[in-house]
Amino acid sequence: MSALSQRTIDVIRKNEGPLLASWHANLDASGAARDSRISQAEFESQTKEFLRVLAAGAAMGDVNGMAGNEWSEARTFLERLSRSRALQGFDSQHTANFIFSLKHPLFELLQAEYGKDPADFASQVWAVSELLDGLGLHTVRTFQKSREEVIARQQEELLELSTPVVKLWDGVLALPMIGTLDSQRTQVVMESLLQRIVETGAEIAIIDITGVPTVDTLVAQHLLKTVTAIRLMGADAIISGVRPQIAQTIVHLGLDLQGIVTKANLADALAVALKRSGFVVTKGA
Amino acid sequence: MERIPILRMGEFLLVTIQVDMHDQLAMTLQDDLSERISGTGARGVLIDISALDIVDSFIGRMIATISGLSKIMDAETVVVGMQPAVAITLVELGLTLPGVITALDVERGMRLLRDRLQSR
Amino acid sequence: MSTLRQGSQAVAIEQDVVLARQTARKLSIECGLRLVDQTKLITAASELARNAVIYGGGGHMDWELLEDGARRGLRLIFRDDGPGIPDVKLAMTDGWTSGGGLGLGLTGARRLVDEFSLESAPGAGTRVTICKWT
Repeated sequence: MSALSQRTIDVIRKNEGPLLASWHANLDASGAARDSRISQAEFESQTKEFLRVLAAGAAMGDVNGMAGNEWSEARTFLERLSRSRALQGFDSQHTANFIFSLKHPLFELLQAEYGKDPADFASQVWAVSELLDGLGLHTVRTFQKSREEVIARQQEELLELSTPVVKLWDGVLALPMIGTLDSQRTQVVMESLLQRIVETGAEIAIIDITGVPTVDTLVAQHLLKTVTAIRLMGADAIISGVRPQIAQTIVHLGLDLQGIVTKANLADALAVALKRSGFVVTKGA
Repeated sequence: MERIPILRMGEFLLVTIQVDMHDQLAMTLQDDLSERISGTGARGVLIDISALDIVDSFIGRMIATISGLSKIMDAETVVVGMQPAVAITLVELGLTLPGVITALDVERGMRLLRDRLQSR
Repeated sequence: MSTLRQGSQAVAIEQDVVLARQTARKLSIECGLRLVDQTKLITAASELARNAVIYGGGGHMDWELLEDGARRGLRLIFRDDGPGIPDVKLAMTDGWTSGGGLGLGLTGARRLVDEFSLESAPGAGTRVTICKWT
């Protein structure tokens, strides 16, 4: 098994200064160095910290056991690093280069150290290479995952932004839906409406779909399920602004609209809601 | 034996379910409630489930049964405080509890019961 | 896809259904499921655990916390050595029941989860696997 020998670890620790200098130079040359997103101090502490965890990990364990406990400190460090790089908007190549650009300086160091022992030199180069490849891959993997998390969060935020639940009157909420509805968006919107009913104690919720051009089977079913869920919670729902095409879809699908109040537009729905809540609207003299 | 308490408030009975009920406890509640309705001549039953974070088909069926039983015994049942996530799940499960009267909270449920009694 | 953690617990008597729900709740929170998805998964677990007790004469619930890229999932397996289901297709029909229930347990549970599979044969017990992803 290829492992870093004690001699290699010692030489890395002894030559920390020059190693860091030539690593920095290499990073600069490859374009993977810092820019305004990372401060010089932060960058230097990152490279220094990586060398430390690398030597610490190598001192404890065998190079093939990247998943083992002895590498947990190195893995944690790299996970933190790639997460922060992903959040700062760096690409994956940049992040991987952080590690791969250390290869050359390390090889040079090994060459100077093992110049007279070709066999040892070869085995140590091999070991260092395998180790850095493993760590590099781990970084890319974590980076990828962090990016996916960022994207998923943004999608969620977008969903929430596009679905305002507004209070129309005391005890009357309205959800004006606009644009094409897909099944996932409908679900999120409906859940936020139900949540608002609990928070505000509103007894009537109007779902206005004037701004929705068409609905598919799933979305129509979601709408109906939401109306039923609102009833189970103890409030009432009114659907307003049903376009002719949507009405046709619903009838074609054979969906049961029994017991569901629909109104031509939001104004009519509000009138019904006010009447049910016991309000009377009169025109001033 | 473990039991869910039933409180009497004038002509109404109030049950607040706060524990994760096993099936036997639900059955006991169903029996206890019908006993109490006939024993007290109560005109209405409020079941507060705002503390329940799930209602499965067994509990759902218990709610429907209590509602049906009480109707036969001339009392209305109102289920109050169902959580949004529970309501969504019940609908997806296929249990829409038609015929069960609902309200947002105990206060509104009480008002609803009084209104319904008056209009009879 | 990798398994982060796994475990198993007995579902032998009625009280175990409550314990199975509690485990499903704890794990679905740890898994990071949204509240509605937690509720759906716990409800499905409750239905299947009850089935294992009533129709399967008791069995086990195995659980696995999964990771697939940025997604996390919770898989629950309900298995018993009971009489099994002679007609799986019929059992997956809404409203069909062999034991006086509403007949919503199996079909309802399937609608509440992202993945559902049922293996059963007469005399060979029943095994239902469900999974929900973040």
